[in-house]
Amino acid sequence: MSTDPKDIESRRGALKCLAFGGGGTLFVLSAGILTPVNLALAASKKGPGGVTGTPLFLQISDTHIGFNKEANPDVAGTLKETISFVNAMPVKPALTIHTGDITHLSKPEEFDLAQQLLSGLNVTELHTVPGEHDVTDGGGGEYFNRFGKASDNKGYYSFDHNGVHFIGLVNVMNFKPNGLGALGEDQLAWLKQDLKGRSASTPIVVFAHMPMWTIFEPWGWGTGDADQAMSYLRRFGSVTVLNGHIHQIVQKVEGNITFHTARSTAYPQPTAGNGPGPGPLKVPSDQLPSMLGVTSIKILNHPHVASLTDTTLV
Amino acid sequence: MFVRSFGRNLVNAFAVIMLLAAVSVTSVSGALAQDANTIVMKNFDFSPMMLTVKAGTTVSWKNLDGEPHTVVSPDGVFRSHALDQGDVFTFKFDKPGTFKYICSIHPKMKAAIIVE
Repeated sequence: MSTDPKDIESRRGALKCLAFGGGGTLFVLSAGILTPVNLALAASKKGPGGVTGTPLFLQISDTHIGFNKEANPDVAGTLKETISFVNAMPVKPALTIHTGDITHLSKPEEFDLAQQLLSGLNVTELHTVPGEHDVTDGGGGEYFNRFGKASDNKGYYSFDHNGVHFIGLVNVMNFKPNGLGALGEDQLAWLKQDLKGRSASTPIVVFAHMPMWTIFEPWGWGTGDADQAMSYLRRFGSVTVLNGHIHQIVQKVEGNITFHTARSTAYPQPTAGNGPGPGPLKVPSDQLPSMLGVTSIKILNHPHVASLTDTTLV
Repeated sequence: MFVRSFGRNLVNAFAVIMLLAAVSVTSVSGALAQDANTIVMKNFDFSPMMLTVKAGTTVSWKNLDGEPHTVVSPDGVFRSHALDQGDVFTFKFDKPGTFKYICSIHPKMKAAIIVE
């Protein structure tokens, strides 16, 4: 275990995340460090203790529009609540990143409703990567028709915002035989090229649907060839890796790389290995809002860490 | 009432089975044929994981889980859309062989059809 102050700071962030339990993450840029900030605090103008800066971006994940079973018969409603929550923030982030499973069954009408709801976000840019639920139609035609433009229909792409280099990766279209997600050779070659020559002081944010480290292999909660991607990223001073897929927060810090999974806005899932598989978890309806939410992220300069804050719907 | 309480896909599947029953003189009842050649998806497994059928048989898959599953042959021989709880996918196997398949959403779910 590292005692590097950067790691300690990040672990504090992780504890904060655990304390809050809910639905989204806001990311803030303050002199080069990504800092996640609690959404409830951001919305209430108090600001999280010791964390200042402009919210950089918001992570929303696993909206599963189209799901209608008992774990949450109204996923459109909980997404609307999440959006209202974000819109109530006094200082809004410029970007929203959706880390996949926008829809439940990849149906055109589900995508249409999701787009309609997400357009209610008072945030300028929406960036996406697909989840496996978004590409069950085979080639992901419905997803790419709507969200393929940014990546020239490859799904993976990068862009820069406020000095931060963002990289969206696709790990749901090329499964390994053991059930883990995979990036594949073409995408890894693209990633290597994308990072080549970039200054190690550039803060990097990587987003993909499935976890980029193996959380629980029997349920496929990991990406088989993520290590190769990490080998290209390790030289950077601040790397934040954001995923969804598992509908709960799990965080890990490894050197300068912080891994973080977001909550769903639709329904929770069991903790690793708890039950027959990673399906919807039915909880008492009064507990559901405390298990849904978003993540907000700030980037701070001193110390050079990303700060992530998870917020539930209650 | 029977039709209304099931998904559209099942209705379609039922229609396919009835059609098969109609053209096949030796067929027993549609319901029996369906049971014998139906695979269920339950608790993140295909059951049975191995099914042997004669060439020309139509096999049905029914998802009983609250989580959607798919039926996808990596060789591209057959591929379902995402099946919600209660939805059914059918495929007719014309040629002998071993046809492995997975759920593309949960690729740990693996099974095979052997066609004689």
